[in-house]
Formats: sequence, C-alpha cells, structure tokens
Amino acid sequence: MSANITTVNRSIASLQNNNMSTRKIIQKIAFGIMWIFAALAIAMLLWIIIYVLINGAQVINLEFLTTRPRGGVSGEGGMSTTIPTTLYLVVSTLALAAPLGIGAAIYLVEYAGEVEKESRAARILIRVARTGIEILAGVPSIIFGLFGFTLFVSIMKLGFSLLSGGLAAACLILPVIIRTTEEALLSVPMSYREGSLALGANKWQTITSVILPAASPGIVTGIVLSVGRIIAETAIFWVTIGGSYRMPENLASAGRTMSLHVFMLATETRAFDKAMGTSAILIIVIVLLNLVINFISSRFEAKFMGKKV
Amino acid sequence: MNQNGKEIKINVKDFNFYYGKFQALRDINMDIPKNKITSIIGPSGCGKSTFLRSFNRMNDLIPNVNVKGEVTMESENIFEMDVVALRQRVGMVFQRPNPFPKSIFDNVAYGPRAAGLRDKTVVEELVERSLKQAAIWDEVKDDLNKSGLALSGGQQQRLCIARALAVEPEVILMDEPASALDPISTLRIEELIRILAENYTIVIVTHNMQQAARASDYSAFFNMAEDRAGYLVEFGETVKIFTNPTNQLTEDYITGRFG
Amino acid sequence: MARETLDKKIHIILDQILVLDSMVEDAIINSVDALKRRDLDMSKRVYAGDCDINKKRFDLENEIIVTIATTQPVMATDLRLLASCMDVVGELERIGDYAKGIANIGIKTSDEPPVKPLIDIPRMAEIAVDMLHRAVGAFVARDLEIARAIPSEDDKVDALYNQVYRDLVKLMIQNPEIIDRANYLMWAAHNLERMADRVTNICERTAYIVTGQLLEYSSSDDEMIAPE
Repeated sequence: MSANITTVNRSIASLQNNNMSTRKIIQKIAFGIMWIFAALAIAMLLWIIIYVLINGAQVINLEFLTTRPRGGVSGEGGMSTTIPTTLYLVVSTLALAAPLGIGAAIYLVEYAGEVEKESRAARILIRVARTGIEILAGVPSIIFGLFGFTLFVSIMKLGFSLLSGGLAAACLILPVIIRTTEEALLSVPMSYREGSLALGANKWQTITSVILPAASPGIVTGIVLSVGRIIAETAIFWVTIGGSYRMPENLASAGRTMSLHVFMLATETRAFDKAMGTSAILIIVIVLLNLVINFISSRFEAKFMGKKV
Repeated sequence: MNQNGKEIKINVKDFNFYYGKFQALRDINMDIPKNKITSIIGPSGCGKSTFLRSFNRMNDLIPNVNVKGEVTMESENIFEMDVVALRQRVGMVFQRPNPFPKSIFDNVAYGPRAAGLRDKTVVEELVERSLKQAAIWDEVKDDLNKSGLALSGGQQQRLCIARALAVEPEVILMDEPASALDPISTLRIEELIRILAENYTIVIVTHNMQQAARASDYSAFFNMAEDRAGYLVEFGETVKIFTNPTNQLTEDYITGRFG
Repeated sequence: MARETLDKKIHIILDQILVLDSMVEDAIINSVDALKRRDLDMSKRVYAGDCDINKKRFDLENEIIVTIATTQPVMATDLRLLASCMDVVGELERIGDYAKGIANIGIKTSDEPPVKPLIDIPRMAEIAVDMLHRAVGAFVARDLEIARAIPSEDDKVDALYNQVYRDLVKLMIQNPEIIDRANYLMWAAHNLERMADRVTNICERTAYIVTGQLLEYSSSDDEMIAPE
C-alpha cells in the first residue's frame, strides 16, 4: 500500500515542476481576455448612456420638466405629462398582473402537483398552461400591442386609453411575473414547508406565513424587472394608449409614456434634441430604479439571512 | 393503556408501509411507552425515518403512499384523526435545524398563532416558557427579535425544539436531532431530551448507537430484509439491548459486524 | 475497520491472559514443590517472582482499559468480555499472591523438617492447578460446557483441605511445640483452597460472557444459579 503512495507522490511532484508555469500562463491569458471582453461591454454601455446624457442635458431644465408637450411637428414643449402617465401605467399594469401572476405561480408550484395526480384532464390542462406561459414569455411586445388593440381598444370598446395599455402590458409581463415567482417559490427550501406543517399549520397558512415571505425577495425582483420593462416599452403602447400629450384624468384617458414620447418626438417632429432630453430623463429614472431595487433587495436578504441591518 | 406496568402512548399493530409498489415497512408491532424515550436504530435504508414520519403523518406529503395496519394513540386511530390536530399533538424536530427566516420570537410563536392563539400576553408567556424548556432562554432573552437564522447550529436546533414545544404536544418525534451538530451541542441536546421526557413521550431515530445507549430508555432495532422492506428485529429496554440482546442479529449490529 | 481492530486487540488480550495464567500456575507448582523439598532458593525465587506477576497484571489491565476507550462503542458480548477480562486478571493476580504466601511459608519453614510428610497439600495443588488451567482455557475459548463442569471439582480440594486440617489439629494436640509450624502448613493449605474458589469465579465469568447472566456456583446443587 505505502509503496504505491510514494510512487504517486513522486510522479505528481515531477509533474508540478513542468506544468505549474504553463498552467499559470494559460490562466493569466484567459483572465486577461475575459477582462477585455468585460471592459468592452461596459464601455459600450457607458458610451451610450453618456452620449445620451450629454446630448440630452442641453435641453433639460425646469421648464422642460414642467411644461407639457405642445404636439405638432415642431415638438415644442416639455415632457411633464409623460412622467405621471408612465407612473399611472406602471401602477395599473402591476395592479392587474401582479395578483394574477403571483396567484398563478402559487397554484402551479404548491397545488398543481397534487391535482395532477388525481385527474388526467387536470394534468393536460396544467401542461398546456405551462407551455403557454413559456411561449408567451418570448412573444414580441408589438404582438401584445396588436392583440390589445384588437381586443381592448376595438372589441371591448375601451378605446385608446390607459386601461387598454395597462391590460395589454399586463399580458406582456404576466409570463415574466409567473416565471420569476415560480423560481422564487421553488427556491424556498422544502424544510420550511415541512417545518410549518409539522407544527400543525395547514397548507394555506404555510404559504402565506412562511413561503411567501421567504420568497418575497425573488418575487419583488420579478416585479421590479417588469416595471423596468414597462417603462422601456414603446411598441405595445403605440397602439393602445393613443399618444395624447394631455394629462390623463382617469383610466379612460389616452396618454403618452416617456419612451413613447421619445419615439414620437424622433419620428414625427424635428425636435431631436428634446428626444435626447427625454431619453436622458428616462435613463436616469431607470438607473434610479435599479439602485432602489438593489437597496431593497439587499435589505430583504440581510433581514432574512439574519444579519442585523 | 397499560402493559407490564408501563403506560403505552402509541400502539402499532401489523403496520405495513408502501411507496407505490415498494414495501418499505413490514408487519411492525410495537408499543411506544408514555413519557419515556424510545430510540429506533438500524442500518441505513431500513425504514426508520419512514416509520417515525408515520406517527405525525408527514408521509402524507409524498404521493402514492399506502398504509396497512393500525397506529393508535391512546385508542384513537391516527389515520382517522384530522391531520392538523394530530400534528399539534405529535410534534417533530428534524435532522437539519430548520428555523424559519423570522425572528426568534416569531419562530416560537408560529405554531400557537397558526392554531389561532391571538392574545398577545399568552403568546409571550408561551414563547418564554418554551424557550426556557428548550434550555435556550438565557442565551436569547435579550434580543428575541434577532433572526432565527443568526444563531449557531446547536442553538438553532434548540430553537426548533422550543418551537415544537410551544404547540404543547404530547409526543415529540426527533429524526437524528443531533447528527448535524458538534459533540458538545449533541450532549446538550441529549440532556435536554432527558429532561423533556418527564413530560413528553419522545421517539428518536438515530444511527449513532452510543447516543441511543446514552439517551434512551427503550430501543427498537430495525433491519432491512432481502427485499429491502424494513422490519422490527427486537424491542426492549435499552440497557438490555446493549448489554445482552436476545436476537443474534441485534448483537451483530451493535457490535459492528454489519450495517 | 473498527471491528477488525477490536477483534485483534481482544485476541492479544486473551493471549496475554494465557501468559499470565502460566506464570501463576508455575508459581503455585514451584512454591508447593519448594515447600515439600525444603528448597529455600526456589521459595525465594517464587517470592520475588510475584513482582513480575503484578506487573503483568497492571499491564494487562491497562491494555484492556485502552481498548475500551479507543474502540467505542463497545457493546454486548464485547463489553461483557472485556469487563470479565479485567475481573479474571485480578483473580489470577490474587492466586499469584497465594503462591507468594506459600513461598513465604516455605522460606520460614525451610530450616527444619516438616511436621508431617507433605502428601495432601501437593495433591491439592495438583488438582487446583489443573482446574485453573482448564478454567482459563475455557475462558479464553469462551467454552461454556467446560467452564460449567469445573466448579464441582472444588469439592475434591475442599475434602483434601478438611483432611489436612484434621491431621494437623491432631498433631498440634499431641505435640504443642509444633503448633507454630503446623499453623504455617494450614495457611498454605488454606491458600490452595482459596485458589480453587477463585477458579470457580473464573468459570462464572466465562458463563457470564456467553449467557449474559452472572450466576453463582452453588456447591449444594453442583450447579450454577442466579444469586439471591
């Protein structure tokens, strides 16, 4: 036995002298290349952002932010109405999509398993639902927009309105919310469920008191990602909320989101600079949003992982 | 129920357990004595955990599970009882400590609150009493709002014990409660179990024979048959099982000749 | 493998018990022989040799303790075996002390002829040593049958002891000046009688290992029964 061990030692030892430096060099080269790629990617990103910010900064002043767009080819005016419109749209979309999406995800993760055992029909339905969600997650937003135009704007006679836009956007982000919520729920360890049930809690109590709180960081991330998506969307709103530059009074009003405003400025008017300005504000909003996400997310994690914040 | 002068808490009669077509347990007949510590030992795969989990019907969570025979707790058939009510009377502590990502207080108060207890004062008293019973009160009393996950492994396990005690069960099931802990924490848990046995019926599954020898009053030796079904080889007072067992198989197992 | 290690250690310990046993057997035989032939040197050698027996005992006890400590958990038969080894080692050492006692008597009485020719005492020694030899052999082999049969032979030793006692008392009554030396001889006989009792203990230990029950040999029934 011992003879073999010494033989092995000797062969590795002799190898070490030969391969060590070669391996080190290969490692250094690989890391170097990856560094370069990362730097390139970041550089490109920064270039876009800085370009927009610089070009847009010229136009941004208090007047720009507080006057509403005047419409027409000149593109006069500011972007004031687009900010609240964007906000209303985000809120109404979430109000529709979040409960539906989270509820669907809870069903799929916690209940579908048992139901599938019982009946064949249920199994097929659930299979169809899951596949549907996967497919819808990849569908381009313009298609949701046209769907929204057909169903909400025309057939349901909701017209060009925040409501139509909200409904269409809800369809868009629903698959995303379902998927991220599912992931978050699945990542809650089984031991929590077992622990809760063993204490005499029933399934619903387990879901509301233990699983959802534990999954909330993931769920919140999904929602926030969706918010980012809504803010960035253009095509879907192009055909559902109308493009009016007036301040929306209620859900039935038409309106214009920030990104829609950028698009319309850039294509319908000569005011390219104002488009840049709106873009700059848009980017700032997105950056702020990300910072807020990170902050909330890390606070949640710290709390749940037990470190005192 | 009385037998040979000792009270029986749970009676198992002709108990057979199947995962789908596979028989995991065969013809188990056993009595769990009241307010004593019963340990279940045996080689891996012989169905000890499956058996333990039958007492609080945690196996119901697994699909395709089939049961034959009777398990009665003081004349009530546990498979006919409401499962939530059963689990309030038969608590469980798991192998890996699994405190919820909540504060220490909320962890312990979870069970009572789920059962409907709303009175804040009563909840606070219950939490304090349970933490004291679990011998962890002094270490956490200054900050009950600290997250349960911030405790050390041994403390987390005692927190889980407190959590189980807060529901005021009659039976406590422990599935290798100290196997994930260091030796000192293990001994503390064993001492704790000893004290708890005065008021609760305790059943422990352990693959550590010394722990069974140290920490239990009665021992049940399970073995795996050739078709991989688990069966009860011998049941008796721990002292007898470990100094002079009746069955040769038991002797071979505890002297390390197999398993 | 823990099981193999334990088996090996048990094997070594049992071997050493056999060694201790032969040391003790030799000591008894030699001490009685020296007493009979009034061999002062032999008596002195046996007397001094008791140190070796004591040392052997302590070494063995230590070996057993270390084995228990380092091969945990020790359960059931292994436990009873090792605990019994401790006991048997102690018994052997005490038999060694009896040999030392007889040697001491040999030293004290070597200067004058014995008060009577020694016939029964050597006979006692022969029987007792034979019993011891077989008992330790049965212990090491864990042979219950052999161990069960030996204690009844204690009767022969007892009978011889009574005989010696009666003979010496008669002599002491007839001839009061020899009381001193007669007493010494009685002590020697007494030691051999006690030795046979210890052999019975060793047989009880063998039964304990095999059956898990500690029974006492009952001389009235010639059988082993549970103690009251």
